[in-house]
Amino acid sequence: MEKYKILPHTADGKFEAYGATLEEAFGNAALALASLMWDWSKVEPRVRHFVHVRGIDREQLLVKFLGETIYLFETKQFLLGKVDGLRIRPEFEGFSLEALLGGDTLSERYGLFGDVKAVTYHELKIEECGGFTVQVVVDM
Amino acid sequence: MDLRKISDNVWEIPKQGDMRVPAVIYSSARLLDDIRRDMTLTQARNVACLPGIERMSYVMPDAHQGYGFPIGGVAAFDLDSGIISPGGVGYDINCGVRLLKTDYTETDLAGKRKELLAEIFKEVPAGVGKGGVTKLSRGVLKEILVKGAEWAVENGYGRKEDLERTEEYGRMKDAAADAVSDRAMERGLPQLGTLGSGNHFLEIQKVHEIYDEPAARAFGIRAAGQVLVMIHCGSRGFGHQVATDYIELMENAYGVKGLPDRELVHAPFKSSQGQQYYRSMCAAVNYAFANRQMIAHWVRDVFARVLGSSKGMDQVYDVCHNVAKVETHEAGGRSRKLVVHRKGATRSFGPGRPEIPECYRSVGQPVIIPGSMGTASFILAGTQEAEGLSFSSTAHGAGRVMSRHEATRRFRGERIRDDLARKGIELKSTNWKGVAEEASEAYKDVDEVVRVSHEVGLGRLVAKVVPIGVMKG
Repeated sequence: MEKYKILPHTADGKFEAYGATLEEAFGNAALALASLMWDWSKVEPRVRHFVHVRGIDREQLLVKFLGETIYLFETKQFLLGKVDGLRIRPEFEGFSLEALLGGDTLSERYGLFGDVKAVTYHELKIEECGGFTVQVVVDM
Repeated sequence: MDLRKISDNVWEIPKQGDMRVPAVIYSSARLLDDIRRDMTLTQARNVACLPGIERMSYVMPDAHQGYGFPIGGVAAFDLDSGIISPGGVGYDINCGVRLLKTDYTETDLAGKRKELLAEIFKEVPAGVGKGGVTKLSRGVLKEILVKGAEWAVENGYGRKEDLERTEEYGRMKDAAADAVSDRAMERGLPQLGTLGSGNHFLEIQKVHEIYDEPAARAFGIRAAGQVLVMIHCGSRGFGHQVATDYIELMENAYGVKGLPDRELVHAPFKSSQGQQYYRSMCAAVNYAFANRQMIAHWVRDVFARVLGSSKGMDQVYDVCHNVAKVETHEAGGRSRKLVVHRKGATRSFGPGRPEIPECYRSVGQPVIIPGSMGTASFILAGTQEAEGLSFSSTAHGAGRVMSRHEATRRFRGERIRDDLARKGIELKSTNWKGVAEEASEAYKDVDEVVRVSHEVGLGRLVAKVVPIGVMKG
């Protein structure tokens, strides 16, 4: 099954990501976001970052999780290459998410071709039909 | 949707359903075709439903759909019963434009143009993931957030006179660093003094045509062929993080139920969340003013080095087109303070407004409207009519009509470079895919946008400028 699909959008970046589970769809969404900025499939896993976010609902959880990729890129020059051990747990109010992000530090060997500024709620969808599909629009 | 034609360039969505006020769209029939194709009108109607909105929800001629508010949306709210919304400002807080004039003409640059652009390209950091040359401490960054362009001038970037020729004199006085997150600080630290990427650019331009001699003279624009420099960028990752943080904070405080669009999340202006966002947004505005101040300084340095002098490189003006400001306007039959949201809209204060510097007070403020990469840009003057029409606002640029995805499918960056070269426009970029995304065909016709602006009275046409050298991030 394909991991994600980039969709047309007038001003910015839009994609759908798929997964048999919500966790898999979230992980693939992070790769889709990375694909707008660099070729994640060519990133060697030399560095790891553990992320932990909370959200009042699944939508906010997704926005905050995807925001980690932008934050780690801008502040640590970290290029995401893979997502491991992603777990989502319900909490008293909302959800929490943990994941291990694998990748490398930006260097001459990698090319950059886009800049994602922020993850938005615009047309954000989380759908369950057999598996899970999430749709996200990012500000570029 | 019920859309009524009021006149050739004015359309109205009458009050219906939950709308507290009508929505007004300033657009020609041709531009309206584009506007109707996306969610702009629905978004303008959603804005009209927000608490405390005054007069109308306004839509500028270059509008296209945004997040929550449309891009090209203007709305003002009562300070007591009204709200402030990060979605009404946008993610790139104080994305804006700075214009420098020079005493050079195109002929003076002949033979030096390539070198000039190459040197600017070396001096001004640009492109995805590109950090600045200035190593900042958190303490200094906090000072910048409070002092804006003033900090830059005090530290040797530019001239004191630049400040009065910047909106808010380069410093929003309500800014505070205390409600800014660590994350925003971390994203802001490495990026000060960088152009960024996307639709941001730096252009060497020449005056093509002057429409209004007295206003042009007041702005320092004398004749066709005169060289100008335009800088278009914003608050970088700092502003994006402030927007992201406060959308979340407001969601957590007020919930998301009942919102037609989550990006419309808002807080009462006078609530603690509303004030924290406002003060942090002002800090991001100041970050962007300092950013453009530093870039302008480096550009002057390069001119001095390559051409022998940067004398006469006075700042015409610096405008912000993504911002919320407390301003005095007529509403409900009296003059009141309101919080005016301009998202992809430029302030257009007319003659007499005390906020604009003495040197422009008789003609109105300079309004700088950049075209898309490699096309014409325009200089307008603010008008008194704009006060009644749009809380003194007009368009901010061309506005996209084609997705980046589609643009990269259709165009090649290197090809665009060669086409521009044939037209006598030099182009340098860090990223050819980015150039393809910004192809002028992906944007609305800026000539039509400013024509509507002029005819309606939102801003008066002063001069048309065209690029001779373009630097893209």
